[in-house]
Amino acid sequence: MSTRLATGGRLLNTAKPLNFTFNGKQLRGYAGDTLASALLANDQMLMGRSFKYHRPRGVVAAGPEEPNGLVNLGSEGRFEPNQRVTTTTLFEGLEASSQNHWPSLEFDVGAINMHLSRFLPAGFYYKMFMYPRSFWKHVYEPFIRHSAGLGKAPKARDVDTYEHYHAFCDVLIIGGGVAGLEAARTAGRSGARVLLLEQTDHFGGRAPVDGGTVDGKPVDNFVEETLEELGKMDNVQLRLRTMGAGVYDHGYVLGYEQLSDHAPEKPGPRHRLWRIRAGHIITATGAIERPLSFAGNDIPGVMLAGAMRDYLVNYGVSVGDRTVLVTNNDNAYLTAIALKHAGLDVPVILDARVLPQDSELVAQARGLGIRVLMGHAISSVKGGKRVTGVAICSQAGEGAVLEEIACDAIAMSGGWSPVVHLWSHCGGKLRWDTKLSCFSPDVDNPPTGADGMGFVTTAGAASGMFPLDDVLHDAHAAADGVLTSMGIKLPRDIVVPNATRREEAPMTPVWMMPHGAGAKLREKTWLDYQNDVKVSDVRLAAQEGFVSVEHAKRYTTLGMATDQGKLSNINGLATLAGALDADIPTVGTTTFRPPYHPISMGAIGGAARGDTFQPLRRTPMHSWHDANGAIWEPVGQWRRPYAFKRGLESTHDAVMREVKNVRDKLGVLDASTLGKIIVKGPDAGRFLDMLYTNMMSTLKPGKCRYGLMCSENGFLIDDGVVARIDEDTWLCHTTTGGAETIHAHMEEWLQTEWWDWKVYVANVTEQYAQIAVVGPNARQALERLGGMDVSKDALGFMDWADGTLGGFNCRVYRISFSGELSYEVAVDANHGQAFWDALMAVGADLGAMPYGTEALHILRAEKGFIMIGDETDGTVIPQDLGLNWAISKKKDDYLGKRAQARSHMADPTRWKLVGLETTDGSTLPDGAYAVGEGRNDNGQRNVIGRVTSSYHSPTLDKGIAMGLVLHGPDRMGEVLTFPGVDGTSYEARIVDPVFYDKDGEKQNV
Amino acid sequence: MSDPVSALNNAQQNTGIVTISELGPMGMITLRGDLTEKALIKAAVAAGGVTLPEPRHCNTEGALGIAWMSPDELLIMCPYGDVHDRLAGLQSKLAKHHALAVNVSDARAVFEISGPHVREVIAKLAPVDMHPDQFNGTMFRRTRFAQVPAAFWMPDAQTARIVCFRSVAQYMFDLLKDAAQPGSEVGHSA
Repeated sequence: MSTRLATGGRLLNTAKPLNFTFNGKQLRGYAGDTLASALLANDQMLMGRSFKYHRPRGVVAAGPEEPNGLVNLGSEGRFEPNQRVTTTTLFEGLEASSQNHWPSLEFDVGAINMHLSRFLPAGFYYKMFMYPRSFWKHVYEPFIRHSAGLGKAPKARDVDTYEHYHAFCDVLIIGGGVAGLEAARTAGRSGARVLLLEQTDHFGGRAPVDGGTVDGKPVDNFVEETLEELGKMDNVQLRLRTMGAGVYDHGYVLGYEQLSDHAPEKPGPRHRLWRIRAGHIITATGAIERPLSFAGNDIPGVMLAGAMRDYLVNYGVSVGDRTVLVTNNDNAYLTAIALKHAGLDVPVILDARVLPQDSELVAQARGLGIRVLMGHAISSVKGGKRVTGVAICSQAGEGAVLEEIACDAIAMSGGWSPVVHLWSHCGGKLRWDTKLSCFSPDVDNPPTGADGMGFVTTAGAASGMFPLDDVLHDAHAAADGVLTSMGIKLPRDIVVPNATRREEAPMTPVWMMPHGAGAKLREKTWLDYQNDVKVSDVRLAAQEGFVSVEHAKRYTTLGMATDQGKLSNINGLATLAGALDADIPTVGTTTFRPPYHPISMGAIGGAARGDTFQPLRRTPMHSWHDANGAIWEPVGQWRRPYAFKRGLESTHDAVMREVKNVRDKLGVLDASTLGKIIVKGPDAGRFLDMLYTNMMSTLKPGKCRYGLMCSENGFLIDDGVVARIDEDTWLCHTTTGGAETIHAHMEEWLQTEWWDWKVYVANVTEQYAQIAVVGPNARQALERLGGMDVSKDALGFMDWADGTLGGFNCRVYRISFSGELSYEVAVDANHGQAFWDALMAVGADLGAMPYGTEALHILRAEKGFIMIGDETDGTVIPQDLGLNWAISKKKDDYLGKRAQARSHMADPTRWKLVGLETTDGSTLPDGAYAVGEGRNDNGQRNVIGRVTSSYHSPTLDKGIAMGLVLHGPDRMGEVLTFPGVDGTSYEARIVDPVFYDKDGEKQNV
Repeated sequence: MSDPVSALNNAQQNTGIVTISELGPMGMITLRGDLTEKALIKAAVAAGGVTLPEPRHCNTEGALGIAWMSPDELLIMCPYGDVHDRLAGLQSKLAKHHALAVNVSDARAVFEISGPHVREVIAKLAPVDMHPDQFNGTMFRRTRFAQVPAAFWMPDAQTARIVCFRSVAQYMFDLLKDAAQPGSEVGHSA
């Protein structure tokens, strides 16, 4: 059984016990524990079930590479699935539950999949679900849905907050092990701005576990002294619990800081995403140990040798009483030696190598009385939910059992692979290291920046340097090289510390154990624990022609789990290479993509949630609208009132009331969101003549003109009223959504094409609260406010004037988008609400009522006015809408003119704007298509038009619509058929789009 | 005429790691023109009451100031009540020049945040290097705060003034409150 030892545990604070639960069971750990070490200390080796076969699984690693130990963590607003037990710090009250099992972790029905495993081979998704077709819906899909995914999706809203932080530095060091610390010390002493990120909650990495001395003192002392020295440097910043998640172009790096995962009661954000711009990046990310491929290597109790050492030294946890060590290298002997020193039993070390003579560590193990069998291997592991023993064979053979040994844990080591992920994210290449049998960074092909030079350097084990002495020298050299390339001089007195060297015998690559393992053993030999990919699956994929590593990965799902193949990658590649009879380097690796280890969606979103999910733009009268029944409608980032509900009336009734009130009395509209752009300069007239399809240079000061704007491709992009302010100043109104884009459009032409034209533009949209005062009583209301003359003679239709109303400085435009007598009054935004209030007060007995965007739409549709975004969709030209009157024939050019002359644009079969009136007075569905004769090549009915706007008109008490119809204006009176989506059909007659007051008498009073 | 009311009517928040206040109406004029032209410089200096700042800097003195916005744009700051007179002065001095001066006072919201964590709060929202060696003195930055455009400067070592559009004042205030929430100190100074 796994248990807590009486002594040991360098990271533990045994004075501070912590209570937590696993599947509802009350357990106890200590401050400093990870969830993994605490579970092991409570003999909870079984932690979950695998994805496909639901095999019982225990923890196999001690860091972020862990594939098995995934749990649901927390509850309600803090529930999160797929949390790694090895990277989860224990805290008081932690609640964890295992995943992927039913009905319980101990007894799981899905485990029957294992017995069906010969029906679930590699690529079974692609093979099995094809036939019979009816099975997909009723059998396969429900089955896949039931078994898809490991954890459960959270249902409650996340109660935590998250934030971003922008940081800059000369040298960013990722990894706070001895290599990272030494690099930081070197870089720090040069005076450079240094930022070091360490993903765990302690510095030093593996070195204190593996031991050794630096300058004659234990390596722990070196870590402490270095930290002390770094703490005194103002230019060096160290961050714990912060992982370097991804490396991107131009030295951009994402860091992931976990602020309160270990202490949920802490105030402040839970995670912080560091958005770092670094001059140069040093990755001191260490190495990950590889499992060995032998039958039963996934049974709980089989663990990486280094991880077992971590649990013993860092957390005082023994994984088993009797541990068999199986290895192909010297380093793993440290585990056997450490176990022995802790008073635990190591019945045998199985070393796949045959060494000519014992190396230092082998001799040390033998000296401790451990039986060492050279050239031996595991034939198979005995046990189900827990290791009970091993069958031993010779590595060279096919697995004939020589001996069985009882044990309750197995430590395995297939050698170490440098963590090259961050080096590779931005294109750093790898080379195959034949001596260490691993991919290590190809220093000649680093990821390159804008200057063509490398911007990432590896240090220590991440470079493939494993002995402590090499690690320190490599880290120093990395920092030195980086500083030199940045033109920063290093102080001369820096001395690289010297570490003890241990002579190690070379490792021997072992990709299958035993070497000649037959089909039966291979089917029980796991490569990817989380996704249940076995040696047999990869070999089958190769046999079926998946020779590319990227294809084999997707076909078998090798490395596609949440651990992204950190353990399985190299063993899988080697297995594929073996099956293809190719060299490992020629098979190559799959692509390393960020993030290195999963990061929370909350951290990525940062402040963008809740009230700050998106900027919400408010007009000066926003709160008044909110307090007066506004039903909000998003228009770009603005919120505009769709309608103002009164009492218990429905939204539809409110809209009908508002339209009638405008036609009969007085409507008031908040039009502040419409864009207002000042265009000024000697060339302003010429500039506007180019931007608008009609002539703006001839407009007289004091006058307004409606204009259309097209893109270079001839399509309508915006419309609005232009007012000429003085000799060289115009004010252009744009649509609400167009203010910023049209401003940018103007600047682009001025800056890139007509840079020598004397024109300045300024977007003054938000300077003004603009209020439309509309209806037969409009003039009377303004006259009651008093100040300027707003009579027909003083301020005629399409005139504007500056003046005062009710003591407010204002500019009044006599323009109408409703067909009624109408004024738009612009006042400074800081006075907007006060002016609105004054207007409402004087207008009360005139029937003044606010109206919203839907009433605005109906009013304009009754008048046949087009709306950008309804009648236009980016493919419509002014000519389609019968707006030829607004296209100047006198001008040599305007943006879009050339495009509109192209054959497709001049095609008489382009659909044209008409009015549509249902024969029974009902309202056409918006967007409905009119059907014509026959069917197209796809067997669909041919269409000859579509509805662009459709409303119930309270003024006319019937449905009115506009649409684009083939030869529409030539077919007045014809009745078209519009099938609805509900099986019904609508009949509508083609009519003039102007339904109300065609002569414009009402607006011109 | 009514009393001018700014977007958030001088809203304040003092419970976080910096204090946040919306400063209420301030006079602002956008001036576009040739910034090397003597007449324009003279007119701008007269309107802004301070000397012309270097590119990416601003000079301020109380409510008065000039900020460099782009190679052909200045922002002139003054008390809200002065803006019409100063604008008229600018326009008359530049009548014969190709320049554009417009009142944008009401189109803006101005926030002041202060306290020892001012730099950190800004760095949470704006992609700006806030190290004191990198951003200091009269520097002025046009940038973004999360998803909206904004500009800021630091009148003193523990105070920043942030200018954004009026319509997003509430968004900016909410952002700053989030970024200043208790317990969110970063403790990063290099």
